[in-house]
Amino acid sequence: MYGQDTAKDVYRDALPVIVVSLVAGLFAGTILGSETMRNGIESVPGLLLLLPAFLATRGGVYGSLGARISSGLHQGIIEPRFELDERLGNAIVASFINGMTVSVFIAVITFGVLAATGQSGSLLRLVGIMVVAGFLSAVLMLSVLVSVIILGYRRGLDPDNIIGPVVTTLGDVFGVLFLLVGVYVTGAVL
Amino acid sequence: MSADGEVDGEWAILSMVRTMVPLLAGLSLLQMASGSVLESFESTLVTQPSLLVLVPVQIGTAGNLASIMCSRLSTQLHLGTFELSPSNPAIRANTGAVFGLAGTVFGVVGIAAWAIGQALDGSLALRQVLTISLVSGMLLALVVVVLSVLAVTASYRLGYNPDDTTIPVVTNLCDITGVLILFGVVVVVL
Repeated sequence: MYGQDTAKDVYRDALPVIVVSLVAGLFAGTILGSETMRNGIESVPGLLLLLPAFLATRGGVYGSLGARISSGLHQGIIEPRFELDERLGNAIVASFINGMTVSVFIAVITFGVLAATGQSGSLLRLVGIMVVAGFLSAVLMLSVLVSVIILGYRRGLDPDNIIGPVVTTLGDVFGVLFLLVGVYVTGAVL
Repeated sequence: MSADGEVDGEWAILSMVRTMVPLLAGLSLLQMASGSVLESFESTLVTQPSLLVLVPVQIGTAGNLASIMCSRLSTQLHLGTFELSPSNPAIRANTGAVFGLAGTVFGVVGIAAWAIGQALDGSLALRQVLTISLVSGMLLALVVVVLSVLAVTASYRLGYNPDDTTIPVVTNLCDITGVLILFGVVVVVL
């Protein structure tokens, strides 16, 4: 019976998901604490300012895409095949647009906060970093998430149980990694 | 894959973008609060990688614990067995589990963050990192429990479905509180 769950039952049920996100968080933290990233933080004003917003966006964009595909599969209006279905295609394109739009928005408000608090910063550099990091995240998250959901569904796994851990793990680890790539690329180009 | 193709409105690209972008933009603005805290600790963070390692874990775990607690309480609400009372066995069990999970995660993270920090040339002692991690983790658990119970009760009284509204809001509030608490404790301990 649901209502009879003890603290121990809840603990045991939740521990695997928490541990997955813990390991992912430690990986992300290690990249964040690396020498290269710390140099980036010192040389690009605003990088720490945009970090929480950038990481939260991964969950918002791709978590909701996952939930949408999962509902579509459950309702039978999306087929678990790798074909260009119109609904699946639309959902993927919309997520890409959402991810890129919000990434650029984050760069702009970060610059706004820097300006409002009397700090100097480069809008071009911040937008460049967010475009690179947002684009790489989109490509990786969209391809991995869609594949994992469809393959998992075919094997009888409930997509609702896969999405959370996949989005958290990939989003955190690769979010920070792609931020580093963005810092590096814009540093070389600009 | 046209914006106004044959598929129903809910799966049209424009409609998905229009609903998600304002939500994500609002969320990003909110996240600037934790970004500002990170930015104000920049000089400490750059010299102490252990603290940078703690940041993604703190953010991720806060949201995870909140979503576990909220979704379990809201299931109870749907089943009609929710009651705001300290003797409610589900509130007791979930509270116990959240504190247990927080103790486990933040104990492990404290040790791991210290070790990674040592490898990355940090100078904080194990005792300091572990204290920061555990104290901020347990305070966070308290915030998660209080916010979840209040939010689920509020959505019950107001007649909202907690799955749609409460969980995203509480998860994000806990993410932000996580960073605030972490640096509150950092100031006291260091």
